[in-house]
Amino acid sequence: MTNSKQTTKTTYQLPIGPIHPALKEPVMFEFEIEGERIIDADVILGHVHRAIEWTGMRRNPIQIIYLAERICGICSFVHPFAFVRAVENAVDIEVPERADYLRVVHGELERICSHMLWAGVAAHEIGFDSVLFLTWEMREKALDLTEFLTGNRITKGIMTIGGIRRDITKEHLPKINETLKYLKDNFEKLRKVFLDDKTFIMRSKNCGILTYDDALKLCAVGPTTRASGVKKDVRVDQAYAAYSDLDIKHMTPDILTGEVNGDVYDRIIVRLLEVKQSIELIEQAIDQIPAGDLMSEPKIPKLLNYIKKTPGEGIGRDEAPRGEVIHYVKFDGEHEQPYTWKVRASTYNNILPWIPMLKGEQIADIPIVAASTDPCMSCTNRVTVIEKNKKHILNKEELHQLSVKKSRRLMK
Amino acid sequence: MKLSMLPQVLSQMFKKPWTNQFPAKYTPNNTTQFLKDVEAGKAKIKPPIETPKGFRGKIKYDKEKCIGCKLCIRVCPCEAIEFKEKEKKIKIYVARCCFCSQCNDVCPTKCLSMGDEFLLADTDKHSKNLIVE
Repeated sequence: MTNSKQTTKTTYQLPIGPIHPALKEPVMFEFEIEGERIIDADVILGHVHRAIEWTGMRRNPIQIIYLAERICGICSFVHPFAFVRAVENAVDIEVPERADYLRVVHGELERICSHMLWAGVAAHEIGFDSVLFLTWEMREKALDLTEFLTGNRITKGIMTIGGIRRDITKEHLPKINETLKYLKDNFEKLRKVFLDDKTFIMRSKNCGILTYDDALKLCAVGPTTRASGVKKDVRVDQAYAAYSDLDIKHMTPDILTGEVNGDVYDRIIVRLLEVKQSIELIEQAIDQIPAGDLMSEPKIPKLLNYIKKTPGEGIGRDEAPRGEVIHYVKFDGEHEQPYTWKVRASTYNNILPWIPMLKGEQIADIPIVAASTDPCMSCTNRVTVIEKNKKHILNKEELHQLSVKKSRRLMK
Repeated sequence: MKLSMLPQVLSQMFKKPWTNQFPAKYTPNNTTQFLKDVEAGKAKIKPPIETPKGFRGKIKYDKEKCIGCKLCIRVCPCEAIEFKEKEKKIKIYVARCCFCSQCNDVCPTKCLSMGDEFLLADTDKHSKNLIVE
């Protein structure tokens, strides 16, 4: 916000950020605004550092699993998943086949919860709050199942190095089948509301477009890139765990509509298709699950001593609900703490695509476009509009009201 | 369809709410007074939903079985366990516990287990209720 910039330009600037507790990576936006239109957007990263990696380098791998779980509240299974895959890769630990299947079940269950949460938030952003309650009612059922299987609703605490901590037994099956049946029965209702309703079509079609070329060039990941027609999915491309045995393909919007636009509407389609795919994947995994051990080494002190003695470095990748997650771990063979631990979460890649998406849109579209990449929550907590050195503060509530007003205006 | 949510919203009006209204149906005007009334038997607390099997609540510690091997201290992710040198026993600060039950898995004598209790809010993190020894 330099003064010299202000005097030479007729447009005004609108900064958003940098502190947003809802975001995994706190981020700051600077918009160039002409009237209502965004003509340029800039993203500034790296404001808050929680030192999770530093803390991890002073703890042993078993302790880090629970630290990795807390990188993100919604991806609380995929982060430890990527971390244990990195450790397994670094020190050569074979995972039993049954554990691989159980990991798929929990990973897909988390994807259902995450996409449902996202769908509700997206509806809320455009002021359609009755849909928020419909989707979160369905999500609640999926969370109940998570609690039943793992003992916790959000931070599952079920992952361990070389396997998984809890089994799915016969007594769990009726509840799993009941929940999956409920989700399938209600899925059609959700599909109708999201894809056929006038309000959604008005606000999401041709809004926040990310082209195929931009998606490739900016390395977008997850549903954000698949909605632009890029066939990128770690589960298919480099199948890990039990995904290679299951029937899975890239979910792109042309499966349903026959065309790819890369707009917010397409991102809704991709996420809904993925919810359906996840339900099918859980069913397949439960059907095909082989008998066997849960962990390759149930004695934790023995496992820790083995990791302490073995030098090596490894990479763990996996497909989180928001896209690819990468963890890098290096052990020096003398300490049980890792020598290095590096995390790359998926939202990091999905931040730059915001720039082409937001160019040409209105201020009222910022919440839905920003939310369409699923950055956990709308990042519009506190907005300052600076115009001729006058300061107006737009808080999240007012920005949300602007968005609601636009929906109402379009309805008329 | 223009108002695809309308039938759903209308049917919702006649459905019972999903939420279990714990601890009372309506928020009491004065919480401390409400708790006093409960103690005196004038008011009743609506019970919470039963926890599922395998739920991880407040930790239980069987002091007699403990051999003081310190393995739980080695794996505890939040460093909630303290070793008492003199007695060779452990002390668990529940306020720090993240309820992962990793110490239960590693314990060679199985003297630790997870309970069902989850109402652990307190103004003092060192209160008697939040320290297990």
